[in-house]
Amino acid sequence: MKLTLPAFIGRIAFSALAALIGAAFALPLLWFLFAPFNARAELGLAIPDPWTLSNFVTVFGNSFAVQALWNSLIQSVGGVILVGAAATLAAYALSRSSLPGKGAVTYILLLFSSVVSGSAAMVPIFLIVSAAGLIDTHLAVILTFAGGLLPTAMFILRDFIDSIPKSYEESAMVAGASPVQAFFDVALPVIRPGIVVVVVWGFVNIWGSFLIPFILLRSDDQMPASVAIYSFYSEAGTPIVTLLAAYSLIYSLPVIALYLFVSWKFGFRFFGGIKA
Amino acid sequence: MASVEFSNVTKIFGNFNAVSDVSFSIGDGEFVCLLGPSGCGKTTSLRMIAGLETPTSGKLLIGGEDVTHYHPKDRQISMVFQDYALYPHMNLADNIAYPLKVRGKSVTERHGRAKEVADVLKIGHLLDRLPSQISGGQQQRTSLARALVYPSQVYLFDEPLSNLDAKLRLEARGFLNHLQRDMGMTAVYVTHDQAEAMALATRIAVMDQGKIVQYASPIEIYRRPATTFVANFVGNPPMNLVPVEAVQGDGQLRPSADGLVLGGLAMSSGIGTALGAGKTLTLGIRPEHLSIAEPGAANTIAGKLFANENMGPESLVTIERPDGSRVTARIFTDDHIALDQAVKLSFSSEHVHLFDGAGNRIPADGETPI
Amino acid sequence: MTTEPIIETKPKRRVKNFALLSNRAGAMFLTPAGLLVSVFVIVPFFWVIFVSFTNRTLLGSTALNPEFVGLANYFALFDGSNFFQRGQFGFSLILTTQFVLASALLGQALLGLLLAWLIQTVPPAVKRLTETFVIAAWILPEVVIGFAWFAFLDRDQGTLNALLGTVGLPPGDFLLQQPFWVIVVFNTWRGAAFSMMLFSSAFSSIPPSYFQAADVAGASSWQKFKDIGLPLIRGHIVTDLILITMWTFNTFTPFLLTNGGPSYRTELVSIYNYRVAFNDFQFGKGAAVGVIMMLINLAFALIYLSIGRKKKVR
Repeated sequence: MKLTLPAFIGRIAFSALAALIGAAFALPLLWFLFAPFNARAELGLAIPDPWTLSNFVTVFGNSFAVQALWNSLIQSVGGVILVGAAATLAAYALSRSSLPGKGAVTYILLLFSSVVSGSAAMVPIFLIVSAAGLIDTHLAVILTFAGGLLPTAMFILRDFIDSIPKSYEESAMVAGASPVQAFFDVALPVIRPGIVVVVVWGFVNIWGSFLIPFILLRSDDQMPASVAIYSFYSEAGTPIVTLLAAYSLIYSLPVIALYLFVSWKFGFRFFGGIKA
Repeated sequence: MASVEFSNVTKIFGNFNAVSDVSFSIGDGEFVCLLGPSGCGKTTSLRMIAGLETPTSGKLLIGGEDVTHYHPKDRQISMVFQDYALYPHMNLADNIAYPLKVRGKSVTERHGRAKEVADVLKIGHLLDRLPSQISGGQQQRTSLARALVYPSQVYLFDEPLSNLDAKLRLEARGFLNHLQRDMGMTAVYVTHDQAEAMALATRIAVMDQGKIVQYASPIEIYRRPATTFVANFVGNPPMNLVPVEAVQGDGQLRPSADGLVLGGLAMSSGIGTALGAGKTLTLGIRPEHLSIAEPGAANTIAGKLFANENMGPESLVTIERPDGSRVTARIFTDDHIALDQAVKLSFSSEHVHLFDGAGNRIPADGETPI
Repeated sequence: MTTEPIIETKPKRRVKNFALLSNRAGAMFLTPAGLLVSVFVIVPFFWVIFVSFTNRTLLGSTALNPEFVGLANYFALFDGSNFFQRGQFGFSLILTTQFVLASALLGQALLGLLLAWLIQTVPPAVKRLTETFVIAAWILPEVVIGFAWFAFLDRDQGTLNALLGTVGLPPGDFLLQQPFWVIVVFNTWRGAAFSMMLFSSAFSSIPPSYFQAADVAGASSWQKFKDIGLPLIRGHIVTDLILITMWTFNTFTPFLLTNGGPSYRTELVSIYNYRVAFNDFQFGKGAAVGVIMMLINLAFALIYLSIGRKKKVR
């Protein structure tokens, strides 16, 4: 199609507007591209001279910071294992069994999971965890997140399993496989992409979370990195900017890597639809 | 191989009667097609043989043994699925050999046997590919190979060719026919394609609304359809069905309709006994039994030319009758047929089928009643 | 390749009604998830209602033996004499409503819609670049984002003031002067990606022939948006508005930027709830706030689910 002059100008205007909005979104993040590599970084935007990795060396020399990253990993991995396993089993049952009332269960869970948010239920969650004697333990964070993320994880996975033809398991059983064999040989490998997505989603959620560990944990040796960063810049009169910049970047890397992995493997929108 | 028997089998889903009180048996070594439109209960019947649905009532026997409540894995059957159900994470060898794996066979035996079957099906060179890396026709043959890799009592096919394009479907159909001749397997084959059923079956069970309407050899079904439903379903284009009225004439009952002349038609005495005058019947003539009337033809049906389609070896000539209904003739000529507006088609009296008001066949004189 | 079947004589498994997963196995499969969700989602829902009728605190005698106080916590929240004062529940509720209206319904949804439409038409390079930053704002951990904005808005060195300086505008201490508008812009920035992605996938699910037909008919870009794009994604817009409203209503992220201050000016209900429960240690009153939040969530969730159900019926 031939472009008329006004249409051409329109295109340019559209591109310029899109680029402008993109730049506005980039501005608050620009600082993170430079400060971690600047040994004299302050809150201002400055190009490092020279570029250096010394801030990262400082981070890895700080045992509190390293411990917090490790704690984040324990809590995220623990929570994700629980969420992944429990959600897979439950979603498979919701999709493949003919249990009476499973539709109602699904509906009620969906309702509760959107009503009971972390910020509305912080008091009872704290009380339950302290009643169980789990305050200030990794397990408290792991279990709370497993419970909170499970309903959504189950729905994502149930939809995924629903979209997989039943003929996979049927053909296995006709061929002589027991239900257990059909589940492990055929169903599980076929569902795996869905499980990966749920696990990544759960990991990103727990890894990035602040409020729940902030409430449930007290001591330094249990704190995840999110709470550590918050205390670095809120409590210590003047923040140690160099350390914080490098530390925040390290802390963000798994999220960025997982995001890139999922958008490479499953396409970008899939991940887009399921965060939060 | 083994026989299969349905004994008063009914299957109800919620308030939908998928199969109602069906009884029939499939002999050892027979290739039976379940033929019918979607929702007629053919797939449900097949799935009950496989054990993937449990009958609401009735009994199902394989090889004389009551298997109604057996788990699919214990029925010693194999099945080819419409969507092939090839496991995307296994290569072809592992897909084909999966039934042997669950039977605890060694890897060497599994792969040896898979290679053997795959070679017969001409996919032996693809064994280390994944299902996503082969063509639709090859996927179809892989699923067939998986069904053939171990000895079964019954082989089940759920519309296995419906996902292939027309040319591949013909090829695969020919191969299945060859396989049946070679192995003499007991097979139950679900299809909505009457040509497939005609080509493959030793017997066809035509189903409609959860019931078997006719269960007979393909020739029988083609020559003596039991109902207008069967007549309309089998044959391409389907049989022309013309509503006619029974009138008294020359001391006997004869069918009458606008534009229809029946000169030399010897009517079944069955009409006289079954019906009085004034009843509505249906007269059926297959398109291939109609030709352009020569002057003086005894039996003719007339109308306005509606369409004249040249198909290569034949022409489809369709006329529109005064009541708006259409009659199609298959004229076997590779020449273009020049026709006037008014067309008369002729037929010989032995090719006339008559059905009563309820659509059931009225046997011709000398024909054994169904 | 004919092979005679060997009649297998192993014991046969009998099933009453075949299903891929038997009811018993299904129930077993559901148990772990059921327990976790019960304890951490369903029990809290009822427990929070119970606690809201007590004077439970973190420390002291009422920590172990809370007393039943009836609706006292609710009366305290809705005390007419100070309801609208800063630091009180009414102030938080109104602030949150304004926050949701400005940052979610106006900010995120409109910006998301604009972006989704723009990236349909712009060259791939521009599209990818814009998308990358919009999505980065959304996926990065909230603490990092909080700190990034803290640095961005710094009065003396922050990027924003440096930028304003280059165009000759006076610098400002925005976190002190305009804290509400800071969190509105912040939340718009943080969450626009979701709306953009939802709308953009909705737009791309419209067959291109619809737009080509409009092109042939001579429609302008605005007309195509108004007459074809918008009506066809109406369902997505409703979904989007409900979801972002719920998320924004419950968000705690602004706490990382402002701590609810200065002097309660950014104290959203979630932050108010945190302060009452974990700074003032009044669990009973905090629970009452939680109950009210959940009731509001429930209203939105019911609307959302009823729309979802209607869609499925069709």
